[in-house]
Amino acid sequence: MAVVIRAEGLSKRYRLGTGSAELDNLREAFVRGLRPWTWRRREDRAGGDWFWALHDVSFDVEQGDVVAIIGPNGAGKSTLLKILSRITDPTDGTVTVRGRLSSLLEVGTGFHPELTGRENVYLNGAVLGMRKAEIAARFDEIVAFADLAAFLDTPVKRYSSGMYVRLAFAVAAHLEPEILVVDEVLAVGDVAFQRKCLGKMGEVSREGRTVLFVSHNMPAVEHLCRSGLVFQRGRLAYRGAVRDAVDHYVRAATGGAADAGSHVVDLAGAATRKPGAPALLRRLELFTADGVPLDGGLAVGAPFEARVGLVLERPTVGLELVLRFDTLLGQRILVANSAFDPAFACDERTGAQTVICEIPSLTLTPGDYRVRVALNLGGVEVDAVDDAARVSVVPADFYGSGRLPRTGTFVLPQRWRVDRA
Amino acid sequence: MKGDASAGTGELVIRARRGWQPIDLAEIWRYRELLGFLAWRDVTIRYRQTVLGAVWAVAQPLTAALIFTVFFQRLGDPRGDGPPYPLFVFVGLVPWLFFANAVTAAGASMVGNPQLVSKIYFPRVFIPLSSIGALLVDLVLSLAAAAALMLVFRWPPSPAVAWLPLFLVATVLTAVGPGLILAALNVHYRDVKYAVPFLVQMGLFVTPVIYPLAGMPARLQPLAALNPMTGPVEGVRHALLGTPVRAELVATSLTVGVLLFVAGLYVFRRMERRLADVI
Repeated sequence: MAVVIRAEGLSKRYRLGTGSAELDNLREAFVRGLRPWTWRRREDRAGGDWFWALHDVSFDVEQGDVVAIIGPNGAGKSTLLKILSRITDPTDGTVTVRGRLSSLLEVGTGFHPELTGRENVYLNGAVLGMRKAEIAARFDEIVAFADLAAFLDTPVKRYSSGMYVRLAFAVAAHLEPEILVVDEVLAVGDVAFQRKCLGKMGEVSREGRTVLFVSHNMPAVEHLCRSGLVFQRGRLAYRGAVRDAVDHYVRAATGGAADAGSHVVDLAGAATRKPGAPALLRRLELFTADGVPLDGGLAVGAPFEARVGLVLERPTVGLELVLRFDTLLGQRILVANSAFDPAFACDERTGAQTVICEIPSLTLTPGDYRVRVALNLGGVEVDAVDDAARVSVVPADFYGSGRLPRTGTFVLPQRWRVDRA
Repeated sequence: MKGDASAGTGELVIRARRGWQPIDLAEIWRYRELLGFLAWRDVTIRYRQTVLGAVWAVAQPLTAALIFTVFFQRLGDPRGDGPPYPLFVFVGLVPWLFFANAVTAAGASMVGNPQLVSKIYFPRVFIPLSSIGALLVDLVLSLAAAAALMLVFRWPPSPAVAWLPLFLVATVLTAVGPGLILAALNVHYRDVKYAVPFLVQMGLFVTPVIYPLAGMPARLQPLAALNPMTGPVEGVRHALLGTPVRAELVATSLTVGVLLFVAGLYVFRRMERRLADVI
């Protein structure tokens, strides 16, 4: 396969504080300009206030590949996209791009509130690099995709934010570049529209075009992309198949605690322990039905069991264990607490214990969830480990209808009927 | 930047650019439609939801001409055989107000459109250029008003009217140079925002707008010719009203304007690299 993007030794340096790579104000520029040249040199060398947003990054992207760019905030993903989009120059290194590249770092760039939907479609299309004739040829398609035909001649300042985003994305979705660079633009809009966008992106990649996709939405990333580049603190930390890249990222993001693929997690040395807490929580084991270790994904609605190994240093009554499920984006989804179970009784104990939590049916929708484990004694949280494990819920025929639940937050048994009115 | 992706299949090498770079004309040509769109956007936005619309374009020079007529009438015509002062000052204000508004709008253009700088790439020079381009509409309207005033005062156009397009082009080029420099400077140094109105106000008095260049002391006239707007103002007035001009002074001023235009292109090109990091 032909290489369409080749980055070699790519680096970008910013000045800290102002986020600028330049001087801040005219006065400072004057003062500096007046100083002898030798002083200036010394200042530059001594200046510790520089920050490498990207440092010596090299990679190739082949034609038709769909590449996820993942990493924590501040890892250099956006800087990379800005360099690829030519918005900013690298400080060092080169990128060679073969083919027409369009980038989408924001939807609706150039939109103006006073202009109508129709006018903004033309303007935004031109800003994104489309010719007038191209926009005109796709205009009806764009309007149909956005589903806004009735509001075309209304100024977009009267649009709801959802309508605004739909129109903006519709324009972007009808770009036809050879290489498409997309930032986290799917985080906007409602779920139905997000799915439509993901579908459109899937379509683009099936057409053999090259896509670079930055996202924190790991299920979307795994669904759409074939390979992944993981960035950490400005460096390329991992590159490989998307599944491995996501694992690498999650492992790194969770301080090595969540060893994806293994059902046993050693909590004794967890880096994500609550600061200053004694390491009472020692071990977490995850199972699904009938005590089968949970190594891969957990089907929607399948039984879930967690066994938490812990140590009590002195005789204790009133132990309380809390498991919390969060999305990778940090949204709190579910709190399971031993105190919620009236049948849970814990007499006075000392030493090593195993607390077992059984959830007969974990009715969360497909996606990755972080599990936080906490131990409360006498109503006070004495030990806790964030991101102790990752539970990956995978699609399954929960309803027995062949229709797989994918969106929303959770699934519930439901009954439907139709009555004659 | 070299080897730009021309037809979409070329190869583009992105690397740090250093030193002075010429303007990439091929790229500007490729994006030409966008320049039109951006200028159209600026025009549309300015007049949308205004009741009087285009009247505002003419109201500004008319009001200014009226005020200057009331206060400075005696400055206009030392010999008494020239055009009536209101006409004289209005025609002078046409190029001057275009210049003043263009420099002000261009200076604010980058800072006023941060997403266009930090979220997308196209030739950045389009942002100040389109805000100047939008003012061409005002220029045309105020020229029409000037023609109407000439009818009112029964002052026929001079035979030199064929030179008018040249002086109008010179007006625009002269505005583009400083406009580009100020646009880029404003991103780095917000001081520009405060400096521009001040400079524009001063400029009105050191440029022969409300008085003829011939009205200045003779030894100061060569100095005034170094002012790039002296040529366009004197030239437009000469072409429309037939006021006398000293060709060598006008030519000097136009040359300064062209040099400033070229300098603006280079300075902007040099500063544009860092704009997205700073804005």
